[in-house]
Amino acid sequence: MAYSDKVIDHYENPRNVGTLDKEDPNVGTGLVGAPACGDVMRLQLKISDDGTIEDARFKTFGCGSAIASSSLVTEWVKGKTVDQALTISNKDVARELALPPVKIHCSVLAEDAIKAAIEDFKKKRAARQAKAS
Amino acid sequence: MVKLPIYMDYHATTPLDPRVLEAMLPYLREDFGNAASRNHVFGWKAEAAVKKARQQVAELIGASEQEIVFTSGATESDNLAIKGVIEFYKSKGDHIITLKTEHKAVLDTCKRLERVRQERLDELKALRLSELSGQDVTEDNLAELAAKYDVENDAVYQKWAERPTGGARVTYLDVEKDGRVSLEKLAAAMTPKTVLVSIMFANNEIGTVQPVAEIGALCREKGVLFHCDAVQGIGKVPFDVEAMKVDLASITAHKMYGPKGIGALYVRRKPRVRIAPIIDGGGHERGMRSGTLNVAAIVGFGAAAELARKELPEESARILRLREKLRKGLTDALDMTIINGSMEHRLPGNLNISFAHAEGESLMMGIKDVAVSSGSACTSASLEPSYVLRALGVDEELAHSSIRFGLGRFTTEEEVDYVVKLVVDKVRKLRDMSPLYEMAKEGIDLKSIEWTAH
Repeated sequence: MAYSDKVIDHYENPRNVGTLDKEDPNVGTGLVGAPACGDVMRLQLKISDDGTIEDARFKTFGCGSAIASSSLVTEWVKGKTVDQALTISNKDVARELALPPVKIHCSVLAEDAIKAAIEDFKKKRAARQAKAS
Repeated sequence: MVKLPIYMDYHATTPLDPRVLEAMLPYLREDFGNAASRNHVFGWKAEAAVKKARQQVAELIGASEQEIVFTSGATESDNLAIKGVIEFYKSKGDHIITLKTEHKAVLDTCKRLERVRQERLDELKALRLSELSGQDVTEDNLAELAAKYDVENDAVYQKWAERPTGGARVTYLDVEKDGRVSLEKLAAAMTPKTVLVSIMFANNEIGTVQPVAEIGALCREKGVLFHCDAVQGIGKVPFDVEAMKVDLASITAHKMYGPKGIGALYVRRKPRVRIAPIIDGGGHERGMRSGTLNVAAIVGFGAAAELARKELPEESARILRLREKLRKGLTDALDMTIINGSMEHRLPGNLNISFAHAEGESLMMGIKDVAVSSGSACTSASLEPSYVLRALGVDEELAHSSIRFGLGRFTTEEEVDYVVKLVVDKVRKLRDMSPLYEMAKEGIDLKSIEWTAH
């Protein structure tokens, strides 16, 4: 199967691979997918107190399209607010990377990862606020 | 400098040996005759060439030339053996035993025969129900009537169902952890209705070599025919239909440096094995497979068989040495690798290895100048990893992380060195971006995590 140039570029030069401190109160971690399905994506977002995404890091176990999808969203979310990031849909990812139909699930996973990371961050913040009050 | 791309997928197909091509060329040019033309020199030449090739193929497997039926390839040979036996021996029984790790050409043929049988049984059921109820049986009232008259336990229906119905019932045996069949389980699966055991010589994914001689002896003792899909092992590991008591064997030319589109079915003469043809026509191949013979391809098949026979010991030793170099190079440099299938009973050119936490398809993308296969089927709509690895009990994640290397006649030491270096480098790169590898290194049990299946 032929991959698009953009998928190959992200696969060969993945952006923002790495790990953020998951204990940091400003870091939200999303871990989605399953090893048995051949795809696991971990997306970490460092979110400032005013809700801006300052940094993003990913690690992905999966095919080239899964790696490219996660790499792409780390680029997209940086500098966005949480609300803006939540508007990124799998269709945007699939279109940008020209994913074939059998690879659409990779883009779905990337969207899920953003949502999971933000949810984790929000949970942490709520817990912190509950403690403070 | 090593020449790219590198071919390490010899289980999928092999390149044509230049010596085979040389042997074929006259039959694609001036010697184009039909081997069935009995009344002129063009036909005679073709017939003589086919006869020679038949002897060459027979000799490779310890058979006689009258026992070789040329087909279009091993898929057709498997179909012909299984359907042919079931059709011919239907008054004797209708039970087949095979393995879950067989090639799809065997498994899907068996599944079709199961469907045929089920359809016949459904017809008989409907017939009996209309007799019992005095009404027409339709799709709408079938379930209701079947329950009312308890047709499954109806003595008359049961008697009908025991008669030859066409089609077959099939037992798909599990394999042991090393990919081999247990002879005890095989013996235990046999019933008075068993007419055929179909077990491969060597597996196409994991290279596991089955105990063919022991299976042959058991089948002979029990009076059951033994079909062996011998495609992958022939020319790599010695195979002899007499010593191994094989009754039917499927072979193909393109896995042993011959052309594609030509194969053979060995059909034993003593004691005689009969099969019903699945292709009717001019009565070629002693009525077992009609159709004008593909003379040039048959000549190539014969030449390839002769080369395989003569060069087998030396070639297998050389390929085994290269395979071991590849295996050691990869497993010494990388942690968390698992070899799939038996190391002891294995084709010399096969290495099926899982690189834990590095996904197979992305690894293939990283080594795109090296042609290999992966047990990961991320591209298929089903997203199911290899059924062969799953039958071995290999964890799904490891199945997704598996790569099959197939080495062969034209593999060089330089290629192996290049591949080791490249694969080690790419696996490390993928693991550096794998959350699973990071977690495993931290000592987190991946099984303890609740994953969201998608």
